Amino acid sequence: MRHLLSTADLSQAEAIQILDVADQMAATQKREIKKLPTLRGRTVVNLFYEDSTRTRISFEAAAKRLSADVINFSAKGSSVSKGESLKDTALTLKAMGADAVVVRHSVSGAPHRLAHAGWIDGTIVNAGDGTHEHPTQALLDAYTLRQRLVPDAIGADLKGKRVAIVGDVLHSRVARSNVTLLNTLGAEVVLVTPPTLLPVGIDHWPCTTSYDLDDVVNGGHGDLDAVMMLRVQRERMHDAFFPSAREYSRRYGLDARRMNRLPEGALVMHPGPMNRGLEITAEAADSPRSTIVEQVANGVAVRMAVLYLLLSGQAEGKDA
Amino acid sequence: MGSYVIKGARPLGGPATDILIEDGLVTQVGPVTASGAQVIDADGLIALPGLVDLHTHLREPGREDAETVETGTRAAAMGGWTAVHAMANTDPVADTAGVVEQVWRLGREYGWVDVRPVGAVTVGLAGERLAELGAMADSAAGVRVFSDDGHCVWDPVLMRRALEYVKAFDGVVAQHAQEPRLTEGAQMHEGSVSAELGLTGWPAVAEEAIIARDVLLAGHVGSRLHVCHVSTAGSVEILRWAKGRGIDVTAEVTPHHLLLTDELVRSYDPVFKVNPPLRTAADVQAVREALADGTIDIVATDHAPHPVEAKDCEWGVASMGMTGLETALSIVQEAMVDTGLLTWDQVADRMSVKPARIGRVASQGRPIAAGEPAHLTLVDPTARWECDPATQATMGRNSPVRGRTMHGRVVATIYAGRPTVLDGVLNEALSEVPL
Repeated sequence: MRHLLSTADLSQAEAIQILDVADQMAATQKREIKKLPTLRGRTVVNLFYEDSTRTRISFEAAAKRLSADVINFSAKGSSVSKGESLKDTALTLKAMGADAVVVRHSVSGAPHRLAHAGWIDGTIVNAGDGTHEHPTQALLDAYTLRQRLVPDAIGADLKGKRVAIVGDVLHSRVARSNVTLLNTLGAEVVLVTPPTLLPVGIDHWPCTTSYDLDDVVNGGHGDLDAVMMLRVQRERMHDAFFPSAREYSRRYGLDARRMNRLPEGALVMHPGPMNRGLEITAEAADSPRSTIVEQVANGVAVRMAVLYLLLSGQAEGKDA
Repeated sequence: MGSYVIKGARPLGGPATDILIEDGLVTQVGPVTASGAQVIDADGLIALPGLVDLHTHLREPGREDAETVETGTRAAAMGGWTAVHAMANTDPVADTAGVVEQVWRLGREYGWVDVRPVGAVTVGLAGERLAELGAMADSAAGVRVFSDDGHCVWDPVLMRRALEYVKAFDGVVAQHAQEPRLTEGAQMHEGSVSAELGLTGWPAVAEEAIIARDVLLAGHVGSRLHVCHVSTAGSVEILRWAKGRGIDVTAEVTPHHLLLTDELVRSYDPVFKVNPPLRTAADVQAVREALADGTIDIVATDHAPHPVEAKDCEWGVASMGMTGLETALSIVQEAMVDTGLLTWDQVADRMSVKPARIGRVASQGRPIAAGEPAHLTLVDPTARWECDPATQATMGRNSPVRGRTMHGRVVATIYAGRPTVLDGVLNEALSEVPL
């Protein structure tokens, strides 16, 4: 594995390996001295064309705890805002000797382009591209699911687990990455969304779909092990994806009433940042079922694992 | 002007014979002995009437960094074309007699092919009010094809008026069929690949809805309509229905829509970004069959050169368009002739006779016969070559078939009796273009 661009690039063995290494990384984070010397002397650039404080600091913490040098390159306050092309930025980073570039971009496929256009030699990690993928989010979600739902987590997959992903699938890179990765790990996925927010052309996706959250919560697609709520942008109602924020909440929001009908032990997940009161109420977000804060903590461990496997494999001249 | 004898060519793929050209005309088709004319050895080559492109972006005036009339017409000659229709979306837009005459004069000055400017339907392509279509028709350029290509004439009243108005001078409106609201921010064909790649979809219905509306309008007012770059199976069905009803509609398909599919977008390489987008394999099959059965009348390139930086970037910010002049005939051979869907006779019909008729280019698309203007293309159907944009005559490097092994090669192009291309390389332009 040279780059991490899409969860579709991961075999089941590779995905499990990342989760297992993340487990080891998480263990090191309980020590008093959290820093490991593994990536000393390596340079990781966080190239962020979109504001995303939480993802950037998660990658930054991960790289720093592996002793890598970290350069944060954000669109604001850099030459990007003066109109420099992605190619020229890539050539600059190449000249500066970046070993890995973690890229967040508003255009789908921008990390793929960076990895394959011949502009740069380093490893590319997709930290979210447009409405395409966000593979490390899916990995940390899978890690969280496995940690909470599988007793002997190490080496295990998610076979037999059933996850509902609820909300704006059309515009969600988190949903795309999760559908693929959860399927790779053997879990079942149900997408629950208003028909306007389901992409055209997903007949062959490895999941089922529903327009009825109550039915899915009540077990209409089988007992759920987790409900993953997606962020919904209020602006979408201006494009007539739904009539009003209130109607969206009523039909597709997770409130206490729906949450209490979930099977015992079923988790409530959200990739953040949340719109409290829109797709999720405070009762659901702050309940004991909620893994939302854990997801953030697990994000650092998973990103440490990804950077470690990509960069240390490269150093030894072999595929990780 | 010199005289030439083409020895042993097969007109329209028929039996081999000789073609004598004198003073810009074909003067004899049949065995020619000792004429004193310069001999062009055409043993094994197919002779076609010079190809006529109804849809070319020459970019001049305004975007000479992408292409000029000179480079674009050199590329056209290399591709076997003897006439091209220069699209109106230049800067300034070709929406006045002045601009179309300028482009027309540049074409004559360079003398590689007959440049027929297309006039804009609306002022500035803005879709708000009609451009002075009559002035462009009456100008020296003699415009007969009007198009806002790149933009759809969306307003149904404006479209109706344009269709009616051009009847006064036997013009035709060439519609870029794209419902604008259904394609806001569209990046690629909407379907299973766009769903996976997370790129905003360009649904087939956005093309089909406009074609359906326009054929009904054309039927209602009794006008001639031409549909640019048809790309979907549904569009083919609507055109078939309209023709069955006797509506005067013609349609074109591009070489790339005859060959390539949206699966190529998985590379996120913007060289495959084009409008209308590459569609599915089922659509490719449908447009091939439609071209074969005549539902789609012609092949037109939609040659759209761009400077390197417009494609050397991420997909979402890249320009739409592909070059096509120098590869069109090879693609048609691969997709249509080598698959048994078209004979060479029919290729001549789809790439010369019919487009000349739609564009009202009286001197082109003529039979290969004594007394006719000598616009000819000689093709070696057995040749195989690799497409390398760096060696092409167009300034555009954005060929979607770069690196591909191409079927058949244009060996010679003869424009008004002068070989503009000989032995597969540019030869000589016409110094004095006949009116």
